[in-house]
Amino acid sequence: MSTATAIVKPVMPERHFLNDNYGIRSWLLTKDHKRIAILYLFSITVFFLVGGVFASLIRLHLLTPNGELFEADTYNKLFTMHGVNMVFFFLIPSVPAVLGNFLVPIMVGTKDLAFPKINLLSWYLYIAGGTFSMAAMVSGGVDSGWTFYAPLSSGYLKTHVIMLAVGVIIAGFSSIFTGLNFIVTVHRMRAPGMTWGKLPLFVWSNYAASLIMILGTPVIAITLILLALERGFHIGIFDPKLGGDPVLFQHMFWFYSHPAVYIMILPGMGVISEIVPCFSRKRIFGYSFVAFSSIAIAVFGFVVWAHHMFVAGISVYSALVFSLLSYAVAIPSAVKVFNWTATMYKGSIEMSTPMLYAMAFIGLFTIGGLTGLFLAALGLDIHIHDTYFVIAHFHYVMVGGMVTAYLGGLHFWWPKITGRMYPEAPAKLAALITFIGFNLTFFPQFILGYMGMPRRYWAYPPEFQVLNVLSSAGASVLAVGFLLPLLYFAWSLKYGEIAGDNPWQATGLEWETSSPPPTHNFHHIPIVTKDPYAYGEDAEVTVVH
Amino acid sequence: MQLNFPIFPEQASSMAGQVDALYLFLVLITTFFSLLIAILILYFAIKYRRTPERQAEQIHGSTLLEIVWSVIPLGISMVIFVWGAVIYYHMERSPSNPLEVYGVGKQWMWKFQHPGGQREINTLHVPMGRDVKVTMISQDVIHSFFVPAFRVKQDVLPNRYVFTWFKATQPGTYHLFCSQYCGTKHSGMVGQVVVMTPEDYANWLASGKAEGSLASLGEKAFQQYGCTTCHRPDSGARGPNLEGLYGRPVRLTDNRVVLADDNYIRESILEPNAKVVSGFQSIMPTFRGVVSEDEIIAISEYIKHLAPQEANPLNNRTSPTQIRDSEVPNIQDQNKQQNQQQPAQQTPQGKRPVNPSGKKP
Repeated sequence: MSTATAIVKPVMPERHFLNDNYGIRSWLLTKDHKRIAILYLFSITVFFLVGGVFASLIRLHLLTPNGELFEADTYNKLFTMHGVNMVFFFLIPSVPAVLGNFLVPIMVGTKDLAFPKINLLSWYLYIAGGTFSMAAMVSGGVDSGWTFYAPLSSGYLKTHVIMLAVGVIIAGFSSIFTGLNFIVTVHRMRAPGMTWGKLPLFVWSNYAASLIMILGTPVIAITLILLALERGFHIGIFDPKLGGDPVLFQHMFWFYSHPAVYIMILPGMGVISEIVPCFSRKRIFGYSFVAFSSIAIAVFGFVVWAHHMFVAGISVYSALVFSLLSYAVAIPSAVKVFNWTATMYKGSIEMSTPMLYAMAFIGLFTIGGLTGLFLAALGLDIHIHDTYFVIAHFHYVMVGGMVTAYLGGLHFWWPKITGRMYPEAPAKLAALITFIGFNLTFFPQFILGYMGMPRRYWAYPPEFQVLNVLSSAGASVLAVGFLLPLLYFAWSLKYGEIAGDNPWQATGLEWETSSPPPTHNFHHIPIVTKDPYAYGEDAEVTVVH
Repeated sequence: MQLNFPIFPEQASSMAGQVDALYLFLVLITTFFSLLIAILILYFAIKYRRTPERQAEQIHGSTLLEIVWSVIPLGISMVIFVWGAVIYYHMERSPSNPLEVYGVGKQWMWKFQHPGGQREINTLHVPMGRDVKVTMISQDVIHSFFVPAFRVKQDVLPNRYVFTWFKATQPGTYHLFCSQYCGTKHSGMVGQVVVMTPEDYANWLASGKAEGSLASLGEKAFQQYGCTTCHRPDSGARGPNLEGLYGRPVRLTDNRVVLADDNYIRESILEPNAKVVSGFQSIMPTFRGVVSEDEIIAISEYIKHLAPQEANPLNNRTSPTQIRDSEVPNIQDQNKQQNQQQPAQQTPQGKRPVNPSGKKP
């Protein structure tokens, strides 16, 4: 029998973090992790839209094989700026800096992150990095590709490579500070009773991502500084003409940029681990396996970087080792997928918008992950390396996985953040449009890649046109799916239903405080006694404060 | 295939079928697991949809299941790993007795040189049914030699030779792409590989306007740059004798032993002081910026063709060559006069008596 739910019309709390203080200063000088999360939300949305415009122009250009819309240089700048915007200024900060910032302190039951001022500094660094990147963009653009491969970027290009690199370095510090804050907060500031075994999986996965942020990000800074030294002062590091080694650049670049993939996906996995139990009304299946698989991914993620370099001129034996280790990282990812699926078994499943996104994530991430096996298979990678197969693979993980998780999480916690519900019908429609548009955009690219179309091509042989047109058509559908939430989220701020503290009857400390939460998160510091995801253990009653 | 909408590239090399087999295996695995997960999710979502009558059954987990779904993917992964590794190992090893072709990549074109001296730009003619080894280097940035129909790809580096090989099985014309982003006209750095029957290939070679074999071109360059001044097979030579050098181990002044391969020869031309042969002084000037990559390939080819002469001392002899210190500046002045194109000569470092390896003969 279903539990009786107290039907009380929810009301907005009188005081919460949004109305505690007014004025621009109260936002720009805030030390409240929730307000900083909102600052991040607005800024990464801007970068996502800018990156999305570049993506749309790329797809528009590729409608015809002979490069009729843009000049080759312009096209090269478009894909560079698309990649840089999306990777460094959207994907990396997305879940950690917005949802993580908002939720990690509340989930562990504390008032704020360990270092609130450093948290604010991290946002300013992000904005400073973004300013450099935007400046490089408007002052003529950069055409190095987001990978900055030397010696092309250090000795041959005539664009503002250094300015862009400076932007990326500065933005890197913002993510180091976020990671540092998370790690210290999780270690030192958990509420009484909040043991490691009771931590929400969202916290576990952000913790794992934070480890990568603080260990990996300095390496990209070092790499780009060396690149700038070579470009600016002709100090030979990567360019053989100056006595350097170009493969060294790739080792250093991927030493960060491969683990960075897990900075991007791990927090997204954490979102899914929250949504699936909530809408299945079930404990997560295999809590400790899901938690430790996050740590395993973070650790293994550091020892697989050279799988980006199987045809780059590394030795056969190092290729063998890196291929083998790459398969090791596949196992914890598979474990997560199976556990999420098993969580739904015999649940009581409600297909609301966050759950739709979570289901899309599981499916698309499975395809994204499995196609990674193709690329880690040495003999096969020779053929598909640097083709559209790679593009399709990482967009399945990054867009089908990460962006889907981010949108799912945004819908899930939107009532907590704003105190109001988003409208369910248009949200479901948007989720469906996104799913269809996404697959239509990126599935044809797997085939294109196996056919042999190299990435970063301004013009291509005519036999590839059909698949490119399909992909571009899908991109226009996908764009609609991404724009719709902007509209109804904005609408909901004024017209959305009042959500109440716990509209989903979810477990977790964030649902025990008001929506939106008060500035100090809790009126009383909570004492944790229940297991995480203790669904179905007691009556689900909406408590109204 | 007459389809307008192919989903496979042509199979035109001995490896293509093997790569495609692994690809199909992975497509099967991916389809199976993706469908399994998708069907389970949708089935659960419908079967266990929320109704007022039913409550979720709380299941905490199952260690047995966790082990099962870790071990099965691990097993499948290991099959894929081994399968991929076997193909890779095969493709990364040089075939025995291949037809050798040399390639130079530069922004934004491919240049090829055949042993017979034929040169091509953005087109590579090869015979069917024979192992063809393409040894490549870049003049500027990193490029990548990619022939989808052969399933081969190799990044072409600016600092050392790399190679790839294939055995074409179908006559025809196939795409050659640069697959490593290399600047403005990256997508214009394309060409074609023309596979011909052995007879057609022989005709093509004969009709080519070669100015002599690659080795003879190398010999000309060797003379032109004055290499013969020092690299002579007599006992008074100031540089090591290069006869029979290729493929042999060479002892250096610091007692290391290196193999004299293409990369060693190229480095010795561009960075003569990097690896000085035991018994010789580092008096050779660098030829960086003077000699082109094409010429280095030709010179290497010439050196390969220099057969060992038993009567003459070998390059890795242990006895140091007697060069009077006073002789060195004169040699360099002569070189300057002989060849105005040569770069500024470096003065020899120090005027120590020659005793490089520290060994007495």
